Amino acid sequence: MQSTRFAHSALAGLIVASASLGALAQSASGPIKIGLMLPYSGTYAALGNAIENGFKLYVQEQGGKLGGREVQYFKVDDESEPSKATDNVNKLIKRDNVDVLVGTVHSGVALAMAKAARDNNTLLVIPNAGADAITGPMCSANIVRSSFSNWQPGYAMGVVAGQKGVKRAMTITWNYAAGAESTKGFTEGLEKNGGKVIKDLNLPFPNVEFQALLTEIAAQKPDAVYAFFAGGGAVKFVKDYAAAGLNKTIPLYGPGFLTDGTLEAQGASAQNMLTTLHYADNLDTPKNNAFRKSYALAYKAQPDVYAVQGYDAAQILANGLKAVGGDLAKRDQLAAAMRKTPVDSPRGKFTLSAAGNPVQDIYLREVKGNNNEFRSVAVKALADPARGCKP
Amino acid sequence: MASEGAGNVEVAAGAGDARADVGALPDIGRREAGGWLVPAAAALAIAALPLVLSPYGQDVVVRIAIYAIFALSLELLVGATGLVSLGHAAFLGIGAYATVLASGDNGASLALLVPLAMGAAAAYAIVVGALSLRTRGVYFIMVTLAFAQMAYFVVHDTKAGGGSDGIFLYVKPVLAVGTTTLLDLGQRLPFYYAVLAALVATYAFIALLLGSRFGHALAGIRVNEQRMRATGFSTTPYKLAAFTVAGALAGLAGLLLAVKDGAVNPELLSWHESGAVLLMLIFGGIGSLRGAVLGAICFTLLKELFQSEALLGPLASHWQLTLGLTIIAFVAALPRGLIGLGARVRGVMAGRAARQAVRGSP
Amino acid sequence: MDTATFLVQCLNAVQYGLLLFLVASGLTLIFGIMGVINLAHGSFYMLGAYLAFALAPWFGDWFVTRLVAGVLLAAIFGYLLEWAFFSFLYERDHLQQVLLTYALILVFEEMRSILVGNDVHGVPAPSWLAGGFRLGGLMEYPWYRVFASAACLVVALALYAVVNRTRLGMMIRAGASNRDMVRGLGVDIRRLYRIVFAGGVALAALAGMIAAPLSSVYPGMGSSVLIICFVVVVIGGIGSITGALIASLLVGFVDTFGKVFFAEWSGVGVYVLMAIVLVWRPEGLMKRGF
Repeated sequence: MQSTRFAHSALAGLIVASASLGALAQSASGPIKIGLMLPYSGTYAALGNAIENGFKLYVQEQGGKLGGREVQYFKVDDESEPSKATDNVNKLIKRDNVDVLVGTVHSGVALAMAKAARDNNTLLVIPNAGADAITGPMCSANIVRSSFSNWQPGYAMGVVAGQKGVKRAMTITWNYAAGAESTKGFTEGLEKNGGKVIKDLNLPFPNVEFQALLTEIAAQKPDAVYAFFAGGGAVKFVKDYAAAGLNKTIPLYGPGFLTDGTLEAQGASAQNMLTTLHYADNLDTPKNNAFRKSYALAYKAQPDVYAVQGYDAAQILANGLKAVGGDLAKRDQLAAAMRKTPVDSPRGKFTLSAAGNPVQDIYLREVKGNNNEFRSVAVKALADPARGCKP
Repeated sequence: MASEGAGNVEVAAGAGDARADVGALPDIGRREAGGWLVPAAAALAIAALPLVLSPYGQDVVVRIAIYAIFALSLELLVGATGLVSLGHAAFLGIGAYATVLASGDNGASLALLVPLAMGAAAAYAIVVGALSLRTRGVYFIMVTLAFAQMAYFVVHDTKAGGGSDGIFLYVKPVLAVGTTTLLDLGQRLPFYYAVLAALVATYAFIALLLGSRFGHALAGIRVNEQRMRATGFSTTPYKLAAFTVAGALAGLAGLLLAVKDGAVNPELLSWHESGAVLLMLIFGGIGSLRGAVLGAICFTLLKELFQSEALLGPLASHWQLTLGLTIIAFVAALPRGLIGLGARVRGVMAGRAARQAVRGSP
Repeated sequence: MDTATFLVQCLNAVQYGLLLFLVASGLTLIFGIMGVINLAHGSFYMLGAYLAFALAPWFGDWFVTRLVAGVLLAAIFGYLLEWAFFSFLYERDHLQQVLLTYALILVFEEMRSILVGNDVHGVPAPSWLAGGFRLGGLMEYPWYRVFASAACLVVALALYAVVNRTRLGMMIRAGASNRDMVRGLGVDIRRLYRIVFAGGVALAALAGMIAAPLSSVYPGMGSSVLIICFVVVVIGGIGSITGALIASLLVGFVDTFGKVFFAEWSGVGVYVLMAIVLVWRPEGLMKRGF
């Protein structure tokens, strides 16, 4: 055993030495390895594709290079499964040795990615997952988010509701982290504007039997209801809410996810609903118009908030690389530059907080037909409180 | 499989063949080619692998080894006792969750976590076993599935269980005496060898257990429970004991999985996980400990293969289809698994010896 | 909780329970008659829902016609599936049945993904069932839900009539108690099984079609309904239609009122119910029988 162990250590030492030599060689030239860990199958496949399209669109606009270096992509399908997340992210970090991780949509998976990024000191840019913890207790200098935190749209909606005179509200969502964080944001925003939440309703994820809880809402007669659901749940809830006649007497509010990508299925039941989000499709700014045109040209489809987030993820990375001239070895400078440079996004200009989350305007939108139309700015330059983040 | 209750259709038709399927297999661990040499050689080979494998490769080996322990634990139930459980993942998950919850923010000692994880899984196994063993056949399968779902919902829905995103393990366990650290599972190589040691210990333990009086009783129950009971033998305590031991060993696999991933997730208890471990058994061959390990290797690598974009290109995203069709083809054509294939190749000798064993058993 | 709310919650419980019954009855029939454990039963429910979505543009408001067409298509599909796949499962032991039907789920899910994609789809209720009626000034109860409950009741009665009052039903009951004897009497047991299987598939698909406007159509909808159906069958007793009905309603009530009173633990409630029944009656509430 002794000789084996010695041989092993010698071999290990050689491997480590050559790897670090290789890494040193890589860090200044050669292509940048970007690991895309996104859902390419399952319910969120469309979102994964939109994010990747947005990311690649930005790179293409820079002539196919970031910080003067070519880009090499590695892809892993995370299937939106938190249980496989650690194995999947290890494929990118340990097998493919990527320089930057980009992902993902599902918060549970993103949390695992954040942990792996911290443990392995890999750069991570998150183009969607809104888990507050990522820019909270899990925050780190090498982790940055180009999207939002679950708290932000909720808080903005709470502010709007309070300003509209809502005194008694109820919240309803699935029993999972994203739902809890979103409703907490709403509660805070509402309480700061003179209202309060009388009851929080929730049901197990991804259960969609809402009848019992809708009856409860009808019995309590609140001034407004705030709901956080996504995908199929969002479709069903909005429809059930209307079918129970509640939308005539109790206004339904929610973050943009309640009506993003679901309007065709929701139809008449969603009309005139107010939601808050950091993007609206018809934002009339030169940057947004140009972005929408080039996206439609490149991919023959309309972009959505996910495409914007992917686009901005590439932009944030590019900002950092530009500052260090493409030299990945200057990690601290790179990470700092990614944080400090303002981002010129199709959603409007935004900056990044010290915890790595966008400090951005949250817009109020109204459903008209099959679109979420911009109405006003609900809250300007809203920063997530980043509770628990020790930079 | 398990003997059927009164008034159930299977007694008349299919059960006879089903019992022959299991009863005709060679005694576990005894008459397989090479005796102890083959498993021992395999263990040595795995021990030597870190010399040639990258850290990622070692990760894959560790994952397969942990699933092999999980498969072995189920082999005790399915192959040895003839009880098909579709809820075995619950014990894997409970072991994993117990580990993470007990570790808290500061980590915990292995001396606490191993008995705790195995104990928690065993405790749930006794309760589930006591209730499930009141049923037979198809009922038993469904009831074990339902109890696993119950555990799934507890960790998925309640605050105590951490919710659908799971919980992280912040500090990996160590084994320390006073101030000297004997074994730190946070380091890659010590963890590798710890998992290998656990696998070897589990394999040896089950093999010895099956060779004992207890194991013979289980074999008797598997072959013909009614006959055992007719001779005055009380079978339920034995089945319950097998169920509990299997649960405890699955809990051990769960602890190792939690340490390896640094996180636990409700999906560990899902019926997809229970289905996957049954698939491992059938791939390797029911009734053989080597088969259980072989099945774990085969299933994991097969899944990796089907999901690999490098090897299969665009077909990789449709891995559910390729995997599903492969399973159907495999189960239909090779119900005895890979070990069965080997036995067939070795020829009539294995079959003749097995038939003698069945005739000779009390 | 006041009376009006209580009554509405009861209505909700019954409606959910009856829909569950439709799926569970198919499952218990297949279990009870052929002794085949079929994990893919949830996929038939999903098939029905997607059929409702696919057939919608062709039938418009002719909702009942759409249901009938869907049921016929599903029955044909079930007949062919039994002939091509399930008939080979009868000789195999339970473990192989479990694994083969599990693999079938994977195949169905992927086929669905390839053929129809992964989006969530809404299915509108027919316009003659739109709207609802006011329940004591509390809220509107949708007419469609009343229709759903009524349709399930009609099917339940029809099922009872077929099984207990027709020759086919007699053969089914006989085949369940003693397969070989029935074969010996000259009944073509294979064809009987095929018919029963097609019936089971049709029932599950019908449930999916009725549920589609209520729950919308999305990937994975089969798995969620499957496990609950297993629980219903265990509680009710394998092979017993009456048992499935009682159990479904019980589950409906536990689930609905559990959500209201025990939000976090409501998912566990159904399994606690099952555990209690198992302690009291391991073979289910109704012993084998109809």
